[in-house]
Amino acid sequence: MTVFLIFFPLLAAMLIFIARPANAKVWAFAASLIEVAASIVVTTAFVRNEEVQFIINIPWIESLGLNFSVGIDGISLLMVLLTTILVPLIILSSFKHAYNRASTFYGLILTMQMALIGVFTSLDGLLFYLFWEAALIPIYFICLIWGGEDRGRITLKFFIYTLAGSLFMLVGLVYLYYHTPGAHTFDIQALYEAGRSLPAAEQSLIFWAMFVAFAIKMPVFPFHTWQPDTYTVAPAQGTMLLSGIMLKMGIYGVIRWLIPVVPSGVEQWGFTAIVISVAGIVYASCIALVQKDFKRLIAYSSIAHVGLISAGTFTRSTLGVQGAMIQMLSHGVVVIGLFYIIEIIFERTQTRRLSNLGGIRNVAPALTTVFVIVMLGSVALPLTSGFVGEFLLINSLFQYQAIVGAVAGLTIILGAVYMLRTFQKSMSGEVNALTGVFTDLGTHEKLVLYPIVIIVLLLGIYPGPLLEISEPAVANLLKIYSTYSASLK
Amino acid sequence: MNALFLICGLGVFSLVAEIVNFKRGLIMVMMAGLLTAGILVIIDFGTSTLHFSDMLMFDNFSLAFSGLIIGVSIFWLWMSYDYFQLQPHVTDRAALILFTIAGAVIMASFNNMAMLFLGIEILSISLYVLAGSRKESLNSTEAAFKYFLMGSFATGFLLMGIALVYGATGSFDITKIAAFVATHDTALPAFFYAGVLLMLVGLAFKISAVPFHFWAPDVYEGSPTVITAFMSTVVKIAAIAAFYRIFALCFSSVQATWITALQVITVLTLIVANLTAVYQSGIKRMLAYSSVGHVGYILLGFIATDTGSTGAVFYYLNAYAIASLTAFTVVHELERDTPNIAIQRFNGLFKKSPFMAVAMTLALLSLAGIPPLPGFFGKYMVFALAIEHGHTGLVIVAIATSLIGVYYYFRVIIAMFFSDSAGENTPLTWSVKLLIATLTIISILLTVFADRVLNLVA
Repeated sequence: MTVFLIFFPLLAAMLIFIARPANAKVWAFAASLIEVAASIVVTTAFVRNEEVQFIINIPWIESLGLNFSVGIDGISLLMVLLTTILVPLIILSSFKHAYNRASTFYGLILTMQMALIGVFTSLDGLLFYLFWEAALIPIYFICLIWGGEDRGRITLKFFIYTLAGSLFMLVGLVYLYYHTPGAHTFDIQALYEAGRSLPAAEQSLIFWAMFVAFAIKMPVFPFHTWQPDTYTVAPAQGTMLLSGIMLKMGIYGVIRWLIPVVPSGVEQWGFTAIVISVAGIVYASCIALVQKDFKRLIAYSSIAHVGLISAGTFTRSTLGVQGAMIQMLSHGVVVIGLFYIIEIIFERTQTRRLSNLGGIRNVAPALTTVFVIVMLGSVALPLTSGFVGEFLLINSLFQYQAIVGAVAGLTIILGAVYMLRTFQKSMSGEVNALTGVFTDLGTHEKLVLYPIVIIVLLLGIYPGPLLEISEPAVANLLKIYSTYSASLK
Repeated sequence: MNALFLICGLGVFSLVAEIVNFKRGLIMVMMAGLLTAGILVIIDFGTSTLHFSDMLMFDNFSLAFSGLIIGVSIFWLWMSYDYFQLQPHVTDRAALILFTIAGAVIMASFNNMAMLFLGIEILSISLYVLAGSRKESLNSTEAAFKYFLMGSFATGFLLMGIALVYGATGSFDITKIAAFVATHDTALPAFFYAGVLLMLVGLAFKISAVPFHFWAPDVYEGSPTVITAFMSTVVKIAAIAAFYRIFALCFSSVQATWITALQVITVLTLIVANLTAVYQSGIKRMLAYSSVGHVGYILLGFIATDTGSTGAVFYYLNAYAIASLTAFTVVHELERDTPNIAIQRFNGLFKKSPFMAVAMTLALLSLAGIPPLPGFFGKYMVFALAIEHGHTGLVIVAIATSLIGVYYYFRVIIAMFFSDSAGENTPLTWSVKLLIATLTIISILLTVFADRVLNLVA
């Protein structure tokens, strides 16, 4: 089943690449719906405990200790669900836009989905790295071929930046590999053992090697410099993939491949990681306050949100990690909604400058309603999806250290300020020449945005079932960490 | 062994073909012959035999490398079909190529210093002529002349080294030398070490490692593109195989004398070649420097563990040769009658010929070492070996140069996917399409069945 989940998108992508059907978008959409169905089948068959299920383990390159080893536990399942549900929405969001070489475009999106699901299900260190890098290639080409101005330079910076980061991770993994007991292997359990057996100084080196890779991917301050440019230059669907799913790879990496692997390293540097994450929240929120470009603003707000998720994760408490899980889902859905709304506005007015907009509320009530709900999800109003996650995260930070929690709490206030300001500038006020002829949402747009609204509300009102899926697995991973810490004392 | 006979026979046949005026199907016959030679190699696989009073040894190492040389040669002949058809003297050039391949096979399977020298000379003399085979072009003639001068110079070093080693050990036979060196390691005269270092210099010329690489970019740029492709694949494989055989099999026990020199050469090769490649505007010159850079990665594996890295080096060469051939095929198709095209010639290729652009992209990604392409596994194995044997500093240098590599390979990729196009459209024949597709599929198979390839020589 896991193999199907990983390789079905790739198969579909290959068929679309080769056959070059005239309506590639429809085929890609159909393929992504099949993937949704497959993920729902997996969810229903999933037993709610801490065990990794649907395990497949095939030797690949034995002399390198590389096995094709994949499986799904509660944490993976939520991430897989996030991926499979967002990809059809992303594909659907492009239906009005006639991309050149559509078959390549949709093929790349599906290839990306393959790599993302691979990242979230890998149980082998080198395999994880392979999927991690494989996710970079399609998104790079999506941004390079269909991106905006100056894309050559910006996307190359993005590529080299993230590649350099992940090479550090590779070095860390190889180092662990040579410390695995017995015949060396990249198996995740063996890597856990290897990491725990290392002295504290070496663990902190490995912590940094891997943390840099994850921090660049998320990105947290000060590793974020590639992000605003890349988000802005990427085509709408590229931005959605990057912000909706790809940045979650970094958080997921911290949860599964960092905290249990080098517990002592995390103990030494966890506070530092929290501090830079929280600093990033304030920094990015302040920059978002003064942005004139709508897309850039959301890019910075994304840094702020992911900073909070990262800080909560590094508290190493069930509360924080569970908050991170639910907030990853919420942020994925919300940010895709926001970027799509930006795309809709841009498509009609050819501008993303907030000062050129205004009065859309008067001409497009449906769009405005959707925007309000998604925006409230973003600023974490109770009963929206953002609230559950941010509440858990900030709560965990308060329990960790009250001051940190207080500073992190600024994210809600600052978030409300810049989002409401954005709303005011774009939606309220009087119409101008650009927005006067604005048409309200069309069918395709409703098909994307209404599900997003429903998910935002559902997650906010009744998040219990999702939290239950990941809870045993989170507790299990944290147990590895806490037993190690206890053994030292 | 039979493969070597067959290749030499094909060369002679090609010379005779001139007399009987058999030209049309000659290349087809050559390819069929090489295919048979490849099958003969596969049949022999798993055996280890000595020939000609122990002058040649066909063990798994030499059979695997011979197989690789022959396989790559077949694809090369396929790629350069028009090079033979569109110009006169097809039989001469075909014969020279066959003799080069014969020399390459000898370089992968010698068991005697004399055979090493003969192999290198058979290969080089044919290549000197081939480098100048675009007779009307001044660049081509210059390349041939430069290559000849530099090559002779290097051979001088090598011969001097062989003579000194012979003087110290009393034998040309590398197994005997190895045994002698192992038993007399304290009582060897100083000129033995001088001989080893001279041989190192001579072979470093042949594999074009920095600082003995100065001939490579000029020769690569001046020679006809197909010959450049041949030099940077088949010839490079043979030179690495020879280097490997002599230093891993013969001088392994006196590693202390040459390892420092080789480390310096490796670091220089990695840094200089990759940095210089960034500043090249011509695609052939860029590929030339990148091929020098790849020698650095191969040497890194060799430094890590001279006898234990065979599998990794062999895999690396496979990945490198396939990717290079793909890249050169695309370059060859693009340039047609205008030699030495700039990177700008790739602008907008994706729009004109998505097929070529995608194949070229995959090849460049593999050369840059981006997973999950075979180039990544090659680099990974080499790096892992080096880390395992405590050369972490060298690995950090190599990782940094890999990132530089990403930069210059991606310049070509970015050019291909940018919309403003340059140059006229170049329609591909079905044969070239099939070739590119086959090479790309082999590249994917190398990833999936990496373990099989690794175990061929281990």
